Amino acid sequence: MNSNLYALLGLGVAISFIMALKGLSAPKTARRGNLIGAFGATIATVIVFFDPAIEERNNTLLIIGAIAFGVIVGVPAARRIQMTQMPQLVALFNGVGGGAAALVSIVEYLHLGDDASTGEVLATVFTVLVGSVSFSGSIVTFLKLQELMTTRPVVFPGGRFVIAATLAGALGTSGWVIASGGTTPLLVLAGLSLLFGVLFVLPVGGADVPIVISLLNAFTGLTVAASGYVLQSTLLIVAGTLVGASGTILTRKMAEAMGRSLFGTLFGAFTAKPQAASEAGEVRPVKSGSPDDVAILLNYAQRVVIVPGFGLAVAQAQHTVRELADLLSEKGVEVAYGIHPVAGRMPGHMNVLLAEANVPYEQLVEMEEINPTFPQTDVVLVVGANDVVNPAAKTTPGCPIYGMPILDVASAGNVIFLKRSMRPGFAGIENDLLYDAKTTLLFGDAKDSLTKVVNALKAL
Amino acid sequence: MTSMAILTIFILSVFVGFEVVSKVSTTLHTPLMSGANAIHGIILIGAILVAAGAKTTLETTLAILAVVLATINLVGGFVVTDRMLEMFKGKGGKK
Repeated sequence: MNSNLYALLGLGVAISFIMALKGLSAPKTARRGNLIGAFGATIATVIVFFDPAIEERNNTLLIIGAIAFGVIVGVPAARRIQMTQMPQLVALFNGVGGGAAALVSIVEYLHLGDDASTGEVLATVFTVLVGSVSFSGSIVTFLKLQELMTTRPVVFPGGRFVIAATLAGALGTSGWVIASGGTTPLLVLAGLSLLFGVLFVLPVGGADVPIVISLLNAFTGLTVAASGYVLQSTLLIVAGTLVGASGTILTRKMAEAMGRSLFGTLFGAFTAKPQAASEAGEVRPVKSGSPDDVAILLNYAQRVVIVPGFGLAVAQAQHTVRELADLLSEKGVEVAYGIHPVAGRMPGHMNVLLAEANVPYEQLVEMEEINPTFPQTDVVLVVGANDVVNPAAKTTPGCPIYGMPILDVASAGNVIFLKRSMRPGFAGIENDLLYDAKTTLLFGDAKDSLTKVVNALKAL
Repeated sequence: MTSMAILTIFILSVFVGFEVVSKVSTTLHTPLMSGANAIHGIILIGAILVAAGAKTTLETTLAILAVVLATINLVGGFVVTDRMLEMFKGKGGKK
């Protein structure tokens, strides 16, 4: 292929990525934006086989086979994953991308041997360091979200010194690679960076994991840009930098939406004191009700706000909750959904889940708009949510969610919690609201409970 | 490519990256992150380039592994983002 044509096509692909990100920023254009990006990526993958700058074309069949294998693994994973598990899949995809970038730089480094320029060695060191951190860090976030390990911050005695020592070791090894070259120091660097990625994410509490995924996503972008420098590929530099820059902004916005400082999120676990465990151990009286009690409360309300949480998603109860809302609307009750920005596991996650159940868009009210209306609300129905309505975020300095904006459900007339058990939420903090006099609890699977309430309501 | 040209491309891309997502609504944070995540899967072309130049078994093995991982990131990323956005269809007054 003519090298000018190749460069022009590459430019087109870069533009398609810019348009993809731009499109993804607005609801109307989002899907088209994503498709434009996918189209651009396909073009890039096809034309790279005809890159005029490459001198050798080894392994072509092997490469095509590897791509086919990647597609066979990636597409069904993305197609079959339940919407509730999507955040951890994104984390996993991000991790393998970071790993791929690190591998690309390692191979190019081995290939160049002593011919590598200082700039190339620097970029390689950066890619291996950050790519490995992104890889192992993402795996840990995956394990946390999949609840294969504890979702609470993991802090061990002297942890911060171990982390600092690991980081210092990785940076020192970077100097070693730059000074002496060779394969061994690079592999040591990769090992230390992998370890640092694990240690870096372990102390992050479950509720903050989305921010970390977004940050690691930006990291991976930057590693791609750095490997673009090593490989002299403008497209990789542009695409990687775009993701790095937009990912950084997005991380900051997410942290803002959750009312967290980025610094606090990443290092909060070191400064926070261990939770007072005695309080959780106490047995305090709660008021639990039957589905009929709940139905009666709802039936005679003027205005009901439903607060959906991750429990609703897990129970796949989004359709039942809509049935309940429709039934109440028919009875003349005003119904709205109060959507916390991080309801579910990630910003916007709940909107996706409710949209899947065809809940009318107008009924989904964001936190800032719904909070002032709670004093005029008769009943709040909290379905499988906990942390996002926990007053501890306002009243208990030092608790992991302190400072996070919450839905002010306590100011409504009655609060009904549909919960599986008294177990605290994802962030692992006790919720005082559960013991409040105006709170009624209905234990059970969210879908079962909702179905019973719907039937009781129909019988009234 | 000269270092100056690369630096120029890098800095301009940073500004474009900041600018394009500056007005994103909270609702779209997750799909946007997922879409950006798919875009960095373009490291696939880097993986293909090094695989095509690989000579030793070690180089080839690592490069092919990179191709597999990058493909999963790229293809899976776009597919899962599309699935998320599929849920938003029919919104914004049309329905």
